[in-house]
Amino acid sequence: MEHRPSFWTRFKKTHSSIQYIEGGVVSINLQNVSVKYPSNSILSDFSCYFEAPALWAIAGPNGAGKSTLLRALLGLQKCNSGKITFQGLCPCDVAYLAQQNQLDRRFPLTVGDTIAMGLFREVGLFRKYTKGQREKMQRALERVGLSNFAKVPLQALSGGQFQRVLFARLILQDAPVIFLDEPFAGVDGRTIEDLMGLLQSWVKEGRLVLAVLHDLDLVQDYFHKTLLLARHFYRWGNTIDVLTKENMRAAMAASRQWEGEIERI
Amino acid sequence: MIDFLISPFMDYVFLRRALMACIALSLGCGPVGVLLVLRRMSLMGDALAHAILPGAAIGFLVGGLSLPAMGCGGFFVGFLVAILAGAISRFTILNEDASFAGFYLISLALGVLIVSTQGSQVDLMHILFGTVLAVDKISLIMVTSITTLTLVVLALIYRPLLIECFDPGFLRVIGGRGGIYHFVFLILVTLNLVAAFQALGTLMALGMMMLPAVSARLWARHVWSLFLLSIFFSILSGYFGLLFSYHLEWPSGPAIILIAGLIYGVSLIVAPFGAFKQQQGSA
Repeated sequence: MEHRPSFWTRFKKTHSSIQYIEGGVVSINLQNVSVKYPSNSILSDFSCYFEAPALWAIAGPNGAGKSTLLRALLGLQKCNSGKITFQGLCPCDVAYLAQQNQLDRRFPLTVGDTIAMGLFREVGLFRKYTKGQREKMQRALERVGLSNFAKVPLQALSGGQFQRVLFARLILQDAPVIFLDEPFAGVDGRTIEDLMGLLQSWVKEGRLVLAVLHDLDLVQDYFHKTLLLARHFYRWGNTIDVLTKENMRAAMAASRQWEGEIERI
Repeated sequence: MIDFLISPFMDYVFLRRALMACIALSLGCGPVGVLLVLRRMSLMGDALAHAILPGAAIGFLVGGLSLPAMGCGGFFVGFLVAILAGAISRFTILNEDASFAGFYLISLALGVLIVSTQGSQVDLMHILFGTVLAVDKISLIMVTSITTLTLVVLALIYRPLLIECFDPGFLRVIGGRGGIYHFVFLILVTLNLVAAFQALGTLMALGMMMLPAVSARLWARHVWSLFLLSIFFSILSGYFGLLFSYHLEWPSGPAIILIAGLIYGVSLIVAPFGAFKQQQGSA
C-alpha cells in the first residue's frame, strides 16, 4: 500500500462512482461495487447498506479488502464498477482516521496544533481561533483524557496518547460519518476502553461510525453490527448473526485461497 | 578582531553584495528547506537542483553568464522535470524517488554536454559550482525578489501546507485540495534553487537549503523555531563561508557549504535531538 500519495494522486478529489444526495436519513449505500488491482480483484459485486446511527465493525483476515473498501468510500480508491451513494451528506461530512503508522510521530507539532487541524474547514487559511473554538479544543482534549497536553510536542507522546490526540481531532471535525482504519492497533487496554466509550457516545449523538478491526473479541464485545469481509465472500448484519462459526470458516477458506494464489505467482 | 570579521566586507563591494545575496538566500531557503525535510522530499530537492542545469545551460547559450537568463531556463526545465518525474511514477511501477534519480542524471549529463561544447571549461565550473563573488546588481534584485515572494506565499499557504505535510490524507478527506499546495510548494523549491544556483552552482545549491534545515531539526521541536533556526544557521554559514574564502583564498561556494556542514556536525553531537542525546530528547 502506498505510504504517501504520489504527485498526481494529490490532485484527484473523488471518483465519479461516488454520488451525494441531500436530505433524508444519513446513510451509505454500496451497489455492486468492484475494485480490481492489476494482479487480482479485491471486491466484486459488493453491495451493502449502512444507516446512521450505528456502530459498524469491518472485520476479516489480512488482505481481505477492508482498507480498500474504506479507501473506496473515501474516494481515494477508484472503483472499477458499481455505485456508492451517500445520502444526507456532502463530501466534507466524512471524517477519516488512517492507520497510525502512516503518520510521522516525530513531526514537530504540539498536541494543540494537531487537533486544531480538525477545525481547518471552519477557520480557513488565516483566521485566528476564536475563544469558542479554543474552548471546543479544550473540551475535546478533556474527552480523550489529555486535558493538560495542549502544549506537549507529539514526539513526547506514547502510541496510545498519540491515538487519543487523533481522536480529539475527529471530535473537532464533528462529522456525521466517521471511518476508522485499525484505530486500536498498538494501543493498550485502558486506552481502548476509553476510546470505545467515545465511539459509543458518537453513536448516541446520531453518527454513523465504521471501524476496521482485527480483534474479533473486541468486535463481539462492543459492536452490534458487523461486516465480515474476505474479498468475494462477505456477510453483514447483526454481529451475532454474522460472526458465526460457519461464516468464520468460510472467510478463512477464502483467505487461504487468495494466499495460495499469491504463492503461485 | 574587527579587521578579521568586518573590514573585508567594508573594503570590497563584491563581498558586500555576496553577503547580501547569502542573507537573502537564507531567508528564503531556510523555511523551504525545513518544509522539504518535513515532507521527506530531500531526494526530490536534489533531483530538482540537478535538473536546473540543462535549463541554465540553454539560458547560458542564449544570454551568456547572466543570472536572469540562466535562471529562467533553469526554472522552466527544473519544473518540467518535477512534473515529468511525477507523471512517470504515476504511470509506471517506479517510485517517485527512482524516477527522479533517473531524470536528474540525464539532465546533469545533458547540461554538462551543452555547456562544455558551447562554452569554456571556466564557464562550466561557474555553472556547476557557482560564483557568489560575481553577484551583480541584477542578480541581487532577482534573489531578493524570489525571497520576498517565497516568504509571502509561505505565509499565505502556511496552515494547509503544514497539514498536508503531516497528514496528506486528512487534507484530502476534508475536501482541501492538497495538490494545489504541493504544486505551489514545488514552484517555491525550484525558485529558491534557481536563486541559490548563482551563489553555489547547481551541484551545491541544495546545500544552502538542506544542511541548515537538518541541523535545525536536531535543535528545535516547533515548526516556527525550525524556520528561524534554519535561517540563522544558513546566514551564519554564508557569513563565515565568505570570511574564510576571503582570508584563506578558498573558493566561496564550497566554503559556505562546509561551514553549514560543520554546523550540522556539531549539532549532531551536542544538539538535544542529536546522536548522543536521543534518549533524553524523546523522553
